Amino acid sequence: MSHSSIDIVSPVAVPRTIRIDGSWVLLALIAIMALLPLVASPYVLLLMLPFVGYSIALFGFNLLFGTTGLLSFGHALFLGVGAYTAAVLTSKFGILSFEIILVAAAVISALVSVVIGGLCVRYTKIFFGMLTLAFGMLFHSFLFKFYAVTGGDQGMRVLRPLLLGMEWRGGKTAFLTGAFYYYALTLFALMGLTMWRITRSPFGLHLRAIRENAPKAAYVGVEVFRMRLAAFVISAVYGGIGGTILAVTTGLADPELAYWTHSGNLVFMAVLGGSGTFVGPAIGALVFVVLQDFVMALTQYWRFVMGAILVCLVIFMPQGLAGTIELLFSRRDREA
Amino acid sequence: MTELVDVVLGGIFHAAVLFLVAAGLQLVFGVQKIVNLACGSFYALGAYFGITAVGIAIKLGMPPVLFFPVLIVAGLAIGLVGLPIERVLRTVYRRDESYQLLITFGFLLMFQDAFRYLWGATPRTMDNVYLAYGTAHFLGVRVPTYNLLVIAASLAIAAVLGLFLERTRIGRIVRATAENRDMAEGLGVNASRIFALVFTVGCMLGTVGGALVVPSGAASLDMAVELVVESFAVVVIGGLGSMRGALVGALIVGLMRAFSISLMPELEMLSVYLVVVAVLILRPAGLFGKATA
Repeated sequence: MSHSSIDIVSPVAVPRTIRIDGSWVLLALIAIMALLPLVASPYVLLLMLPFVGYSIALFGFNLLFGTTGLLSFGHALFLGVGAYTAAVLTSKFGILSFEIILVAAAVISALVSVVIGGLCVRYTKIFFGMLTLAFGMLFHSFLFKFYAVTGGDQGMRVLRPLLLGMEWRGGKTAFLTGAFYYYALTLFALMGLTMWRITRSPFGLHLRAIRENAPKAAYVGVEVFRMRLAAFVISAVYGGIGGTILAVTTGLADPELAYWTHSGNLVFMAVLGGSGTFVGPAIGALVFVVLQDFVMALTQYWRFVMGAILVCLVIFMPQGLAGTIELLFSRRDREA
Repeated sequence: MTELVDVVLGGIFHAAVLFLVAAGLQLVFGVQKIVNLACGSFYALGAYFGITAVGIAIKLGMPPVLFFPVLIVAGLAIGLVGLPIERVLRTVYRRDESYQLLITFGFLLMFQDAFRYLWGATPRTMDNVYLAYGTAHFLGVRVPTYNLLVIAASLAIAAVLGLFLERTRIGRIVRATAENRDMAEGLGVNASRIFALVFTVGCMLGTVGGALVVPSGAASLDMAVELVVESFAVVVIGGLGSMRGALVGALIVGLMRAFSISLMPELEMLSVYLVVVAVLILRPAGLFGKATA
């Protein structure tokens, strides 16, 4: 599998031709998204919001999965943490400022993930996956059963937040496709570019070294446990922020957000786009959201279609969409 | 006292069924090193198919008393879907385990809608047949005889499975393949045939489990995804790949659930996950697992 888009830049001479790497694709995606409201219908714009939420969560997820090589099967837990933070702050405490909600979601996710990560990252492979799944389900059954605190299966309402301290009037759709759309897009850009910096930093290099060979990395001085924990915490913060966007979009925080099949969907998106590339997971989120919407409109048996797509994907295109395109390009380069 | 016996019996009944599914999961993991997320779907498949099979049998004029063997045969028969699924899984044996996990997740999604298509979204029950065997008195408690039959059947299956793996020639070959596939192949074992056999048997354990549980409850779309986590809990507590672990893990999870439901319903699954987390922290390989992590 090729990882060229997330390899660090070599300090040698900058190549004269502009290489199309992950950051360019990300910028192009942001530009298209910014212009989208000029042409697209509110329906399409509403579809873009979950995409933005999932992409942010997936940037974090893939720092763990693609970069560090740890497959979490309980990452939806942090979507739940973010969503319920938004719900509790807006409907129980009357705190409507979205900036405060974001900070709170990030801080709570970080705190939760330090505890969970501290226990989980000592294990790798299937053990890590099962342990994260157990914690995810632990959180889910807490949300589901403690009706008085969490609203049980009914979930909790998420009220319309203030953006930059300002109140936004108008209908729900107008708010979501207008001010909130651009706000979410700005967050997407900031979080995406930050993650680009993180993966290309020495820290990112440490994580890749751990993925390739943890004992060897430890031998040359990488603090494996601390680095894995740091990656886990960062991915949790991304998950929490993604979760608040999802919650504001639907206006509801419900336990299904933290259910293990939702974690499975996150893995699905990452692999669909290509977890070996930087923008792959974001592209995976886009394709997943659009595809699911499309298939749901066609048939009520959309899960069957999505499942079949997943099976075919794993068998025939394990590099995902972005990875396959990258492979095609690199093959052409070699031939040229 | 009678209350205690009641709760314990309920827990053991649940454990008996849970053991079958978890044993399937263990067998497949032990030999093929694949964690099969679709094991819950096999369980649900057995349950739905069991209802249909008993319905047909009764329509053909079979006395309701015979429904127990009908369920077992139905479970074994539908378990054969494991064969075609193994053919597809075969393509990813040499891949990274995240892909193997994901492909079984794909199967789970597909099964979910297949059930919805074939049997509808509303839960299906097998109303009156359950009591065809009457009730028995056990330490002063009235229990449906059927529950005791299921517990006995589960123990019998555990014994047969143990004898098969420990005492027969094929069982030895299966264990050798689990230990070292390449070496076994070098000695002339047809590993792909063994894999097909193991996966199908694993699948049958799940479908029989589902078929046996359905008379006392209902077949619903949720049962697949819910049971996956429970059987995960069993194998994590017992240790991945260990049959003895599956037995003990199933008992722990079954009793844990029964007790928390009667004492503090909010803790139903929470208590199970807490045990899982505690085991993973204290004994990461599980109670009977090999010390690898």
